[in-house]
This record gives sequence, structure tokens and C-alpha cells, in this order.
Amino acid sequence: MAKGVLVDLTKCVGCGSCTVACKLWNDLKWDPQNPTVGDKVKLNDKNWTVVGRHEVKDKDGTPVWRFVKQQCFHCKEPACASACFAKAFQKTKEGPVIYYPHLCVGCRYCMVACPFNIPKYQWEKTFPLVTKCQMCSTRVAKGEAPACVSVCPAGVFKYGDREALLKEAKSIVAKDPKYVNHIFGEQEVGGTSWLYLSDIPFEQLGFKTNVTHRPLPSFTEKYMQATPYVAITWGAILTGLYHYTKRRNQIAKENNKNIKA
Amino acid sequence: MAANAQKWSFRITPIRIFLMLLSLLCVGVIVFRLVTGLGMVTNLSDEWPWGLWIGFDVLCGVALAGGGYGTALIVHVLHKEYFSPIARSAMLTSLLGYLLVMAGLFLDIGQWFNFWRPFVSWGHTSVLFEVFWCVSCYTTVQILEFTEILTERVGTKYHALAVKALPVLMIIGIIFPTLHQSSLGGLYLLMVDKLYPLWWSPIIFFFFLLSSFFVGPAMICVETTLAGKAYDHWIPIPVLRKLIRISGYAMIVYLVLKVFDLVNRGVFNLMFKGNLEGNMFLIELVLGIIVPIIICFSGFSNSRAGLFTFGLLVSGGVVLNRMNVVITGMIRSTGVSYVPSLWEFAVSAGLVAMGILAYCFIVENFKILDHDGHGHAA
Ligand code: SF4
Ligand code: SF4
Repeated sequence: MAKGVLVDLTKCVGCGSCTVACKLWNDLKWDPQNPTVGDKVKLNDKNWTVVGRHEVKDKDGTPVWRFVKQQCFHCKEPACASACFAKAFQKTKEGPVIYYPHLCVGCRYCMVACPFNIPKYQWEKTFPLVTKCQMCSTRVAKGEAPACVSVCPAGVFKYGDREALLKEAKSIVAKDPKYVNHIFGEQEVGGTSWLYLSDIPFEQLGFKTNVTHRPLPSFTEKYMQATPYVAITWGAILTGLYHYTKRRNQIAKENNKNIKA
Repeated sequence: MAANAQKWSFRITPIRIFLMLLSLLCVGVIVFRLVTGLGMVTNLSDEWPWGLWIGFDVLCGVALAGGGYGTALIVHVLHKEYFSPIARSAMLTSLLGYLLVMAGLFLDIGQWFNFWRPFVSWGHTSVLFEVFWCVSCYTTVQILEFTEILTERVGTKYHALAVKALPVLMIIGIIFPTLHQSSLGGLYLLMVDKLYPLWWSPIIFFFFLLSSFFVGPAMICVETTLAGKAYDHWIPIPVLRKLIRISGYAMIVYLVLKVFDLVNRGVFNLMFKGNLEGNMFLIELVLGIIVPIIICFSGFSNSRAGLFTFGLLVSGGVVLNRMNVVITGMIRSTGVSYVPSLWEFAVSAGLVAMGILAYCFIVENFKILDHDGHGHAA
């Protein structure tokens, strides 16, 4: 029953309402140097979501504008959560991947681990925290859509059960040839809660398309599971070697004595 | 014991004054950083959450301090007493190395008062969790191991106890580093789409483990040469030569495995592309692995100069490897490059300076260098 959001990039008009809703709901400061809409937008500790403008060419070669909303993708198996050694990132069963500030140590491994570079840091604070979109987890828990989704005037988003949304997305792509045959988020890093449809290939819109389709935590799972066994076996081998070589040296010494005597 | 009558001594030389000034500067920057946060002192950013402190102070520090566990394995577990003249100084370097790593880590974490959190909030899926536990436990074990040396001079009545505990500590003290040397590489398993393929590998953890093992004897060569000059105490060449042979064989295994891994993943040719990554990788592999292997098995290693060159090349190679993983290999995926700030360099240099000073003090006041494994009074 994990929730998700389906984003249809062909419908976005770049008004930025979603970014405003995000700031209001999450009580985030305005950042005059880093606007949330435009050509050079960047996620940061105050901008949990931004809408970037891209000048691209459509299938017929006509220049067009496309607007791309960015935020955390809320991976099905999030690298950030598997990377955190203090459990400060946790995936909820409703879908959102939440950050618990009181558990965070500030090692920033989550930032290095996230394949999409989503978590951001409060660099200018003395005791900085990691920040990122939480998919309005308290709203989602109550059955409501995230703030950004609920305000969109252009009907870009559809909020609901992820698997149902995926099915719908597939049928949209199959029916309407204007879309590229790729649902971003279906398979990337094992699947994400946010799914994207587009009529322009995703790599032209700044999406990271060359990511693995394997869930990232699976890269470390086996390694971590093997650890205790390796530790115990290695310990046993070392102890054995310790006694064996000690005894061997003793015997060698005694033999030497005998020879000398 | 004769040693007890001796006063604490610490010679003051111009170099040491310089090192003290560096340490002082470092302490100043550290205090400033702890009070103001990371933004003003470092060049770290959202694109570069990990920089020089993690790369050099932690990853290199841990690898270079790996000499301790390798030597412990050879001398105390395999009972190759032939090598015992180097055991104590190798372990001392290792202990100091780890203390500095802990300092570096502490500096780098944003919520430093929260550092104990993973002890209670178990993020056990994280490789970092393993690194954290192993590094903290191992540092503790090393401090306990050191009590054997300490109690020869201070608190002598505990000496017998310390000696008795040593074998157990030694074994634990080999398990932990084995685990976390590989885990440091394991941290990068998650960066499959971010770290340049010349470095990312499904067995990166094994490369880290192996290189931390063979860099041990290399560090010992560097260290004994420097200590030899400073204290006129020379470890016999044959002992060192035999020791680096162990490195040499490990490096051959490393080289073969590396080539096999690159070919297997179809990225072998990337190293000849002439781009930054390819060139850095070649430097690392040729100067840090291939040339030292040749030195190791040629007559050159029969001289002090040869041993020292070997030591410098291998240690340099491992440092370069770690920095390549943390910085060079990540430039492409972040799209921005990172140059550490002056303050970051100052802290790294200062930490090393403190380590050297502590090493000198301990060597001058405890039985480290002229210890021959039979425990007679110096
Ligand atoms: S996109 Fe990044 S931050 Fe968001 S859930 Fe996935 S790994 Fe975590
Ligand atoms: S910075 Fe905080 S949330 Fe991120 S991995 Fe470290 S402890 Fe976890």
C-alpha cells in the first residue's frame, strides 16, 4: 500500500506554486540567492523542491520549454536509509523516506550514498542537519497528498497507490505516442515512489538516467551479513595459529637444546 | 627498574618547535570549527560532502596505521620472532594513527556531541556502522595493548596483568582492523553510479584490505629510516628486506586481481584514455604498485635507500589511491571539483605534527626501539 506520485512533465507550466507550498508547509526560509524556479535552480537546505526550466527541442525539432520539478524520489529501497549508521533515515510503509534529526550524527554518508544527490546540508550552521523533502509524511500518514501535489493548478500530479499509478502510467505511454517510452522511477535504483512521464528524453531534462536498476542496498547487504561470520572464523583461525606456531617454536627450541647438549 | 630512575625527557629542536607551532595552529582551527560549524572553515559543499578530512585524515590514516595489525599478526600470532625488533614501534605508530583518525572523524561530523548515537541507534545495514564500531573498539584495544609498554614505567604493579591480557588483545586487535580496513572500501559499494569505474568495483573492499596490509611494511621502512636517522637506531637490512617481501607478494596478488577485475568489468581500457581519471589511476598503479614490486624483488632493496624508496612509493601509492577514491573518482559525477581550503590543510598537517611529536616523546621515554622481545631493563 505504498503511496506514490505520478508527474506528467508535459503539463507543467512552471508557475512554482508547488515550491511555495513546500516552503509554507515545512516552514522553510526564503533563499534570495537561490530561487526555486528558473534556469539555474538548485536544491539546498532551504529549497527542498525546485522547478527547473529547460530549453529543449521536441520531436519535430521545434524549440520548447519544459519544466522539471525536483525533489527526493523516495526510493523503494533507499540508499540513504541503508547508509545511515544511526538510523536517522527511515523508509515508512506509506512510502516517504523520513529524516529524524535527533538521531543524526552529521557524517553525511547519506549525501554521498544517494544516487540522485538529494540530501543537503546546513553548511553555515554550527550544528548542521541534513535536509530533504519528506514527502509531507504527516500529511501522507493522514491519507492526504503532499503539499506540493495538492496545490498544482495545472494537474501535473496524480497522488495514489504507487503500483496503481505505475499501471496507469504504462497505459498512458502505450496510448499516446507523444510520450517517450520510459517511466522514470519505474526501475531506477530498484524503483522510486515518484514516477515521471515526459515527451522529451529524460537525460535532456537533467535526469540521471545512467543509474543501476538494482536496489542500492543490495550492494552492501551481503557484505554486512557476512561480517559476523568472517569475524568469528577469522578469530578462530588466528587463535589456532597463535597456539600452533607458539608450540612449534617451543618444540624447535627444545630440539635445538637437545642437539647442543 | 633502571627506567624508573630516569627523568621524563623531551629534546627541543627547531623541527620540533615548528611541529609544535603547526599543532598549535591546528588546535586553534579545531576550536574555531567546533564553534562555528563546517561552512566557514572548509570548502565542503552539497556537491562535496566528504573532502580532505575524510580522505586523508581518516581513510589514509587508517590505511597507514595498518602496519600495526600486520605486524601483530606476523610477530605475535605467527610467532615469527625474527621480526620482533619492529613490533613495538609499528604498533605505536598504529595507535597514534588511530587516535588521529578518531580526532579527524570527530572534527568532520556535524553533530559532534551526538557522536555516540550509533552505539544505541543501530543502523546495522550501514557499512559505516561497522567502520564506526570497529574503529572505536580497535582504538580501545590498542590503548590496552599499549599498557603493556606503559606499565613498564608507570603503574608497574599492573604490568603482569597487562602481559597476561596481551595475547587475547592481540587477536581481537587483528580481527577488528581486518574488518574495518575492508569496510572503508565497502563504504563505496553504494556509489556504483558515482565513483569512476576504474576504482569502483564489487570487490573494492578487498582491494582496501589488501592494500592496508601491504602498506604496513612500507610504512615501517619509512618510519625506521626516519627513526634511524633521529635516534641512530638501525633495524638490520635483512629483517626489513624479508618484511617487505611479504608486502611484495601481497602486491602481486593485488595487481593480478586488479587487472582481472578491470578486464572482467570491461573497463580496462579506461586507464589509457588520457583523461584525469585514467592518468591518476596509471600513476597510482605504476608508481605505487609496479615499480615497488620491482624494487622489492631486485637487489636495490638490499640497501637502506632501496628500502626507503620502496616505503615512500608504496605509502604514497596508497595515499593516492584513497584520495583518488574520495576526490578524483567523484569529480565526474558531481560535476564540480573540490580543492580543500587552507584551513583544512592546516588541520591535517597539524594532526600529523601532533602524531610525530607524540611518537618522539614516547620513543624517548619508553622502551620502543631497543626492545628485543625479552623484556630486559633498558
Ligand atoms: S532519492 Fe536519495 S534521498 Fe531520496 S530516498 Fe532515494 S536515496 Fe534517499
Ligand atoms: S549525516 Fe546523519 S542522516 Fe546522514 S548518514 Fe550520517 S548520521 Fe545518518
